[in-house]
Amino acid sequence: MSRLILYRLGYGLLTLFVVSLVVFLATQALPGDAARAILGRDATAERVALLRDQLNLNDPLAVQYGKWLAGLFTLDLGDSFANARPVSEYLGPRVTASFVLMGLAALIATPVSLLIGAYSALRRDRAADHATSAVSLVLAALPEFAVGILLILLLSTGWLHLLPPVFAGSASAVLADPAQLILPVLTLVLAVSPPIIRMMRASMIEVLESEYVQQARLKGLPERVVVWRHAAPNAIGPVAQVIAVQLGWLAGGVVAIEFLFAFPGIGLALMDAITTRDIPVIQAVTLLIALVYIVVNLLADVVGLAANPKVRVSAR
Amino acid sequence: MSLATATAPESAAAAAAPAGRRQGLFRAAWRHGRTKVGVVLVGLVVLTAALGPFLSPYSPTELVGIPNRTDVEGTLFGTDGIGRDVLSRFLHGGYTLITIAVSAALVGVVVGAAIGVVAGYRRGWPDEAIMRTNDMVLAFPQLVLALLVMSIIGPQVWLIILLIGVSHAARVARVAREATLKVVEQDFVKSAEAIGVPGWRIMAGEILPNITSPLLVELGLRITYSVGLIATLSFLGMGLQPPTADWGLMINENRIAITVQPWSVVLPVAAVALLTIGANLITDGLSRASIGIDRGVEK
Repeated sequence: MSRLILYRLGYGLLTLFVVSLVVFLATQALPGDAARAILGRDATAERVALLRDQLNLNDPLAVQYGKWLAGLFTLDLGDSFANARPVSEYLGPRVTASFVLMGLAALIATPVSLLIGAYSALRRDRAADHATSAVSLVLAALPEFAVGILLILLLSTGWLHLLPPVFAGSASAVLADPAQLILPVLTLVLAVSPPIIRMMRASMIEVLESEYVQQARLKGLPERVVVWRHAAPNAIGPVAQVIAVQLGWLAGGVVAIEFLFAFPGIGLALMDAITTRDIPVIQAVTLLIALVYIVVNLLADVVGLAANPKVRVSAR
Repeated sequence: MSLATATAPESAAAAAAPAGRRQGLFRAAWRHGRTKVGVVLVGLVVLTAALGPFLSPYSPTELVGIPNRTDVEGTLFGTDGIGRDVLSRFLHGGYTLITIAVSAALVGVVVGAAIGVVAGYRRGWPDEAIMRTNDMVLAFPQLVLALLVMSIIGPQVWLIILLIGVSHAARVARVAREATLKVVEQDFVKSAEAIGVPGWRIMAGEILPNITSPLLVELGLRITYSVGLIATLSFLGMGLQPPTADWGLMINENRIAITVQPWSVVLPVAAVALLTIGANLITDGLSRASIGIDRGVEK
């Protein structure tokens, strides 16, 4: 199994390399002059020349890429065009803020959706099960920003006036006023949960119909023990992969949510950078999101392999 | 396509003669209550989007009163941030979203199916090459890939369709390949090979017709995702550009004034929500029908 995992790991590194190439080519080597595209049509020749120099645009493409890649390894991502600060310094607190947001969403969504899924399976074909299935189908379909707006209408501007509709505060102190975090975290939780709930329900139903659960019941074990000691732990295995995939989705999903709530994280930084054509920031954020996405999916693969007894035993 | 999905079950139910495979799928899907709800929801939104421009009281760019008021005379839902009629903009703003979303989904399913079938039938190095390239596309979240390219080239309709389509195709290809691998094992493919039918005809004539069920489910799923993604892009200001009337853009333009003039946000959000929910309900019905499970288990 460790060979398989090593193979996946090497493959993940290769993917990351190709992704960095795509990000570089998309932003730096597009048809036309990047420097002129950034500065606009009426920039003076000297300014364009200066920027070309700063972007290493006069070097051959491979050299440009090499310099850029070498910079990545030393966390030297260049200076932001918009505020002239080093990108790593500008993004640092925002990365932390986004990870707080995603971490909270993951910590809440995972146990809650596992419980709901298990409960739904236990109540199979009854009202509670149908309600869960309908609600998760609806939430799965909604774009996350729509969920966010509906929550704003419901909880902060229209019906109730409980929570602030936008985030006010700096990236370095997002935890200072936890009430402001509730809406964005809740939106992300509602957006990632449905597939986990559905998978847990399906997996739990399969386990509950298995022979060892029947055996446990026939042995006279209390239902509580049958469900939580024998059934639930075995049902979680297949769900782990879905959980990992959903957490990977969070990396891209935060963009629209941060934009909606004006939350000072990487998603908002990306949207700001796009408005100001701040290419070093665009490169850094897209690469970071892809990195998180790849790493989490890699974990999903490894978990999937580890949860499969056939693989575990045969490919040792 | 949403319309086709919506009308096909009725014609399938009307046909008394033994229906073909695909009609059977629609009929089986139609038996699920949620499919009917989905068809009604999608039908409502598509009708609004298609007929809206002919019913709207004003042009979508006409100034009709003081900005951000709900009580402007002659309007049902008031005015938006610069004084245009909210209802008229809402009625004009749907067909672009739906057209772009369905085009992107079709591009994704057609390209993805072709790639997947070739990879699954040819096997060997073409399979490896195709699926590994696929994995690279899959390494980007769909939204971020679109944002990355559009941040440089700028928001263009063809680019949106292309980028969303390509990122769909990578995902559809996986499904098509899995389905193909099952069909390739069957005797009729082997017999076609034995009598020397060329490979492309086997793929088009023997394999493709036998994987339509998963592909239709994928199409429904991709339409659902496309609507969400494209509405999100517009909402982020990277989709259609002002002064176009577009649901996602309307939400972006008017969300600051949500407390004084909620309608210009509520109407488009509700329409996008009903459309995606409806499409997902139909997809769910189709997928239940295609795996032949009438109740309970989802997978």
